[in-house]
This record gives sequence, C-alpha cells and structure tokens, in this order.
Amino acid sequence: MFAIKQIGRFCNKGLIRNLQTTAAVQHDALFVHRDTAEDNPNVEFEFTPENQKRIEAILSIYPDGHKRAAMIPLLDLAQRQYGWLPLSAMHKVADILELPRMRVYEVATFYTMFIRKPIGKNHIQVCTTTPCWLRGSDEILQTIKCQLGIEVGETTKDKLFTLSEVECLGACVNAPMVQINDDYYEDLTADDACQILNDIKCGNKPRAGPRNGRYAAEPIGEPTSLKCEPPGPGFGVRSDL
Amino acid sequence: MLRITVQKALKGGFLSPKHVSPMLSKGTGDVQKKPQQIEVFVDDKPVMVDPGTTVLQAAAMVGVEIPRFCYHERLAVAGNCRMCLVEVERSPKPVAACAMPVMKGWRIKTNSEMTKKAREGVMEFLLVNHPLDCPICDQGGECDLQDQSMAFGSDRSRFTDIEYSGKRAVEDKDIGPLIKTIMTRCIHCTRCIRFASEVAGIDDLGTTGRGSDMQVGTYVEKFFLSELSGNVIDLCPVGALTSKPYSFAARPWEIRRTDSIDVLDAIGSNIVVCTRTGEVLRILPRVNELVNEEWLSDKARFAYDGLKRQRLITPMLRNGFGELEPVDWECALVSVGKKILKAGKNVGAIAGGMAEAEALVALKDLINKIGSEKVCTEHAYPTTGSGTDIRSSYLLNNKIARIEEADLVLLIGTNTRLEAPLLNSRIRKGYVHNETQIFVIGPKVDLRYDYTHLGTDPGVIKDIEYGKHQFTTVLKRAKKPVIIVGPDALSRPDGAGILLHIQSLAKIIQACVTEPDWWVLNILHKVAGQVAALDIGYTPGTKSIVQDDSLKVLYLLGADENIPCRKDLPKDCFVIYQGHHGDKGACMADAVLPGAAYTEKQATYVNTEGRAQQTTVAVTPPGFCREDWKIIRALSDIIGKTLPYDNLDQIRCRLEEIAPHLTRYGDAENGNFYDVSLDIGKQSNVEIETDPLCVTQNCLEDFYMTDVISRASSTMAKCVSAVRQQKSSQY
Repeated sequence: MFAIKQIGRFCNKGLIRNLQTTAAVQHDALFVHRDTAEDNPNVEFEFTPENQKRIEAILSIYPDGHKRAAMIPLLDLAQRQYGWLPLSAMHKVADILELPRMRVYEVATFYTMFIRKPIGKNHIQVCTTTPCWLRGSDEILQTIKCQLGIEVGETTKDKLFTLSEVECLGACVNAPMVQINDDYYEDLTADDACQILNDIKCGNKPRAGPRNGRYAAEPIGEPTSLKCEPPGPGFGVRSDL
Repeated sequence: MLRITVQKALKGGFLSPKHVSPMLSKGTGDVQKKPQQIEVFVDDKPVMVDPGTTVLQAAAMVGVEIPRFCYHERLAVAGNCRMCLVEVERSPKPVAACAMPVMKGWRIKTNSEMTKKAREGVMEFLLVNHPLDCPICDQGGECDLQDQSMAFGSDRSRFTDIEYSGKRAVEDKDIGPLIKTIMTRCIHCTRCIRFASEVAGIDDLGTTGRGSDMQVGTYVEKFFLSELSGNVIDLCPVGALTSKPYSFAARPWEIRRTDSIDVLDAIGSNIVVCTRTGEVLRILPRVNELVNEEWLSDKARFAYDGLKRQRLITPMLRNGFGELEPVDWECALVSVGKKILKAGKNVGAIAGGMAEAEALVALKDLINKIGSEKVCTEHAYPTTGSGTDIRSSYLLNNKIARIEEADLVLLIGTNTRLEAPLLNSRIRKGYVHNETQIFVIGPKVDLRYDYTHLGTDPGVIKDIEYGKHQFTTVLKRAKKPVIIVGPDALSRPDGAGILLHIQSLAKIIQACVTEPDWWVLNILHKVAGQVAALDIGYTPGTKSIVQDDSLKVLYLLGADENIPCRKDLPKDCFVIYQGHHGDKGACMADAVLPGAAYTEKQATYVNTEGRAQQTTVAVTPPGFCREDWKIIRALSDIIGKTLPYDNLDQIRCRLEEIAPHLTRYGDAENGNFYDVSLDIGKQSNVEIETDPLCVTQNCLEDFYMTDVISRASSTMAKCVSAVRQQKSSQY
C-alpha cells in the first residue's frame, strides 16, 4: 500500500531508436478521498487529554499568526493516537489550526508517512533500494511475506502487521534493514526477520538496531581506518605559509 | 507554493516586495516616497524599473512577452510551471522570470539559445503528461498550451513512453454544474487554487499527492461553489477546467464576439457576448480595470441560456376567455393605443430593473406628453428631502475601483457578496492585501472575509453619528473610510431616515478625511437600470401607482419584481407589459408587447457608480420582438403624440438634453452637492425604526435567480439545486 511500485509493461518491443525510457512511477495510494466504513467524516476523533496538552506545547512553539506551521506535528500526533490518519482527524487538526480543511488535506496527502488507510498495529517497511537489495533484502522480504502470509501492501487478518516495500531509509551501512513502527532493525538475516516477527507476535518488543553484533555503524571487528591520533593544526599545509 | 495567507496579510509586514509590487503597480499609488529606479536591459534594450520588479514585468515594460502558465498578474506568484525561464547574463542557469526580482544592470536575454532550450525542455515535460486530445478539447483554439507549444515547443517529439507505460491519467472531479473538469489535461499551474483562495475566498481547491501523482481537486467530494467560480475557466491555461454549459458547443474561431455590458447586477461588468447563428453561446468578461478587472460573476456569465427560454416573442392581447392570444403588432399597438387614449391622464408606468436609458426616456416622454407624471421604478428609494434630485445621494460616489484602497469599510444593510460580487471581490482584495478593516451593520452574512459585526439594529447608525458608539472614533481615525449602503436598507419604509442619518454620519467622517477626491458615502444598487431611471427623473417605488384609484392604464416596462398585484389596482385598469420574458408582469398583463433583451439591443445603462456604458447588438431579437424604445416610439405615433426621435442618434441626443453624462460612455461623473442634499433632507422628519436591517439575498442559494433572465435559466436552476445538495453533504 505504501510502496512505490513500478507499474508498467516491460515488453520486448525493443528500443527502436535506442532511447532510454523510464516506466511511469505511480504511488498506489489514492489521492482523493472515498468514504468507507472506517474512514468517513462521521468517524469520531478526539485528541486524548494527554495529547491535548502536547498540542498546547506544540502550538506554543510557533509565533502568533504562524499556527499553521504546527500542522505536521499535529497530524503526526493524531496518527500516533489513532494508528492511522482518518479524515475526521484531519478535520480536527484543521479546526485546531483554524485553517480550511483543504490545506490540511494537501499536507496529509503530500507526505507518504501520513497513512490515510487503516493499518495493522505494526507497520513493517522493508527497504529494497540498491544497497539493501545487494545485501539480500529480497530474501528478507520473501521471509516476511511467507511468515505473515501477506503480500506487500496487505495487512494480516489479526490486524497486527502491515507490510510495505519502501525506498531508502538511510541506513545503508547496516543493510539490509526493515523499519517496524519507529524502530530500525538492521544487519538482518532471514532468521533474524523471523525471530523479530515472532517476538512481536508474542507481545514482546525486540531490541532495535543491528543484529550482527555491531553497536551501530562501526566496522565489524577492528576499526579499519582513522586509527591513529588526529593530526593537529597545520597538518598538510605548505611549509612556506 | 508561495501564497499570501490571510494571517500574513492581517499581521502585515510579512509581505515580501515581490508580492507587494504587482499590487502597488496596479494603480493604488500608495507609495509615500518613490524608491530609486534601477536600470536593467531586456534583449539589450535599457529600461528603468522600480526595485522589486520581476524579470517578467521588466520585460513586459519593453514589450517583450515571456511565455508563462502559472503566472497571473492578479494572483500571487507561484513560480511552478517554469515556462518563464530566461537567461540572465552571467547567471549559470536560467531564472524563473515571474518570481525573480531584477537586480541592477542585469542583462536579460529572452531570445537566447539557453532560453529557447529551457522553454523547449519545459514544454516537452508538460506535454509528456498532457493528453493529445486537442480535437475533442473545448479549450482548442484558445489554449495557452497549444499556442505556446506552437511558438516555443520543439518541432518533433521524442515521446516513446506511450509504447511502454502510457500517459498519466487523473480522475475527473465533479465540482458543480458550471465547471467541467478533465483533470488529465491539468498542468498543475495552480491558478484555480490561487484564485479560489485569494479572490473568491473559498479554500476548497488544492493539490493532493506529490510528484507525478499530484492532482488538483477538492480531495473530498465537494462542489466548488462560489459566486465567482466561473472565472477559473478563463484562468485555466489548458482545457482542464471548461464551461459545462458551453461544452462541445462551438470553436472559438467560428463564433462572433460582441463587446457589451452585463445588466444582471448594478456593477455593469464589461462582457464579450459570443454568438453563432443568432444564438448566444457564452459570455466572457472583458477587461475593464475601473469596473470588473477581468472577473465576472457566475450569474452574468452563465445566465445567458435564460435568454432563450420563456421569451415573449409575439405581441399578445387578453381575449374574452381571459387568455393571452398572439396578435400582430398593428393590432396590439392599436388596441393599446385606444386604451391609453381612453384613459386620458390616468396613465402610470413602472420601469423594471433592466430597462435601459433609451426606453426609459421614451416612456417618460410619452407618459408626460399624455399629461401624467406617474413614472416610477419598481425598486424603492427614499424620496423625501432632496430625494433623487442630487446624484450624490444615490451613487457609489467613491467608484468601484477605489473601494480596494479603503482602509475601513462599513457595510450597512447589504450583502455585497451576492448583490454585487465584483464589488465584494474589491473589498476582499483590500482585506487580503491592504489590511482593510470591515464592519457590518445588518444581517450576519457570509462575505468570505472577516468583519466586525456592529448589530442588526439600524439605530446603531444614529449612535455612531452622535458619537455614542465606540466605533465612531475608529471611523474618524481611518484615513480612507467608505460607507456602503445596500439597496435593501434604503427600500424600507424608514429608508429616508436611514439615508439621512448615514448622510449626516458621512459628512462628519468626510471632514476627517484628508485624501483628495475620497468620498465616504456610497450607495449600492442591485439592478442595472435604477441609476439611469433616477437620472432621467423616475420616481423610485410604486407607491404612487398603488395609491391611485383612478388609474386606467398601467404600463409595465419590464417590471416583474415589486409590482402591485392585480387586486391592488382599480378593477378596470388595463395593464400593458412590455419586456422580454414571460414572468410575473406578463402574467397579469392585458396586453403584452415583446421587447428585446440586453444582448439584442444597443442600449445605455448607468451602473451604480454612475458610469454610463452601452450594450451592443449581439443577436437579433427573436420572433416579433423589437427594441424597447422603438415600440414606445411606434405607440406614440398611434396615439397621436409622436415622440421627436426616429433613430438611435436622435434618441441619444434627447438623452444628452436630459442628462449629458448618459451618453459619455465609459465615464463616471462625480457626485456633488453632498451638503445641500443633507440640508434639504434634514427638513423632513423621518425617523429610523427599530426593525432589524435585513437583506433579500442571504445565502448563495439566493444569488442565482434574481431577475427574469436568470429565473428562466436552467443553468442557474442547477446552481441552486447544487447549493442545496451541498448543504446536505457532510463536507
């Protein structure tokens, strides 16, 4: 559902003029609203008292007349509270910021991290961009698919997992990786992926971060460079200066 | 997207010179000290410009037009179409001319290799995502994309994606009965969004999604309902937004364009009537900076289909069975003439809201020749005091264009949004760009801008006048205040009192105004014919007709709105209706004389600011319809009181005799004798009553069908039902 998919026919018509063409890349989410049972303007949405306080704090950051700057934090807050972003939550945010609803729709549809369709409790985003792909993201994705019995863009029947395929999440040094809700699980093998899913299924929260013994993005084992003392001022400068 | 938000405009000081300069250069002339001009060169031609001028504006000054899609001089700069890229010497890459302010000594090259290549590239990308459906597109022939791809595009295509993935496709939106959307054609210039948000004040349009998935629309299923919505059709540079009533009707090169004037409200918007084979196909606005800029209200634009329906096309007489029976002109005029001769002096006439100066003069001359003075208009106006003898007491004295310069607007008993949408857009312009404060006495109506409501009680006017209201000081402090009084406030029984107190208040405020030629007192009318009728000497209101028991003949010149009903008239009163539509007036008439509508005659109208303008003949009147003044002239012949004019020139000479300004087309004479009018008014003793002020047009629903033409229009009926449908919608 959230993946950028390539929709196109890669047929063998041949490049007659030897011109390179790209397939049209289209998002698979809708950019118009359709009323559904889960998402319609009559769905009740109200910020919880804790979140009301958070809203006040967020709004206080911005000067008078620039309240609309709080739109993204507020939408995020609504999404965290509700799990995804129903239309009525957008309306609520528009009311709080005293903005036309359209201005909120614009923002909510622009950012792919605002999810406008019902979603499972755990949102698994598998990176399949080149570095992860080279390091075996296909296998990870396949494992997760088998494990959960869903395809990309689908949600499990128990509403526990939603799987999507995403572009680079900026953790290439720890490839392959997946993001589950706010956490990055890195340096994965297929077994790691199974284990993580099983942990979550059991109600545990697996430890985030690299799975191959690294602490962060350092080399495995010994550091390979920058091992000596950093040189002082004047290093490498011409002697006559 | 750059956009001046309301908050920004309200806070002030956040406007960048880039935003302000186009507004100031449009004649507000509010610059205190002139900043030093800088010299730039456009294609080696030197030009001196103010700092903050954009490259595009500088180029326009030397007559070089830079192609553009998203830029529009009346909207905020968006800079997202990139069509206006030009080379600037010593700049590594081309700059977007619409958004880039010029710097001293810049050499702009609008015809260089780099510029040409940039345009070709942008055009290529636009066309990649634009369908090749020009043959079935209503914009064909007047499409910016078509024209500019011919002028600036490449002469061959490299587009091969059609073999692989096909073109982008976007689903169409249903945004109401007036605007047809074919969103695949959209090039995302966002002009419609900016118009909706800045000019119309309806933030229902926007962009959803991003990148190649971006689309312009409403996101939820919602109509774009505004009294100015039709203007997005003109703004759309491609065929994404086209006119629904005009869809597939004609090509621009096969239609005849006739410059004319709109008469469906008192603003007198300048229009172009597009016709083919004797049929009005559409109406477009014509630029007139002093009146309508380049906008047009939906009623003026779309009510033209009413010109084809419910028309009176043949003279009719009521027969013995009480039915109206078609007769020929001779028979009709002779029997009407007989009745008038028999009636002697007991003849009265009521002129309707769309009657033009020529017919008004002819009718008044005829009735006067018979010996009666009972010529009145159907729309009431205070007649006590100086009455309508002094022009300043019934004109929008400060002129429409200068309303946007006001820093304080006080609206009394008016819903400007529906009574005069283009005046309201001026007020809104001031509100957005000029920090105008708006105050309202009267019903709380939706004007699409924020205002302070001072109550519905007309007594508030007195309080302000006597300084008992805290608003008095605010009003006195304003540098350029205007008071706009609506027609509904003055047609009340105590209208004279209201007018008197407003005149008196305006005098107090006028004394505090230092701006030369700035007039505080402004009267708004809602019908196009009223000012001319008052200029010519008609008595406003039908009171004198209703009270007259000896009335034998009543002549209705297109009067349908506030006419006395049959039982208020003496039993043997013979009612003649002359007009173009079979409405209330024709129903009660004993004789019907079919007249011409405003697209079918050359006629003089004076708008609410006193500007005389003329309509021209776009189509011939249908059936046996004749121009109105000619009917009256023919009738005068039959009753032996021949009027001394035989052609248009002669009747216009007569107009000039009565009031020279009536034939000074395009000019608006200033009102004067404000104080005299007030002094005479003070002699009469009319007090303000306590009934709350109200208006007849409260919500958008009431806007569309207000006169015989728009009531006969099925497009307008669809608009009304769309508004109702929207009301029940959840969005």
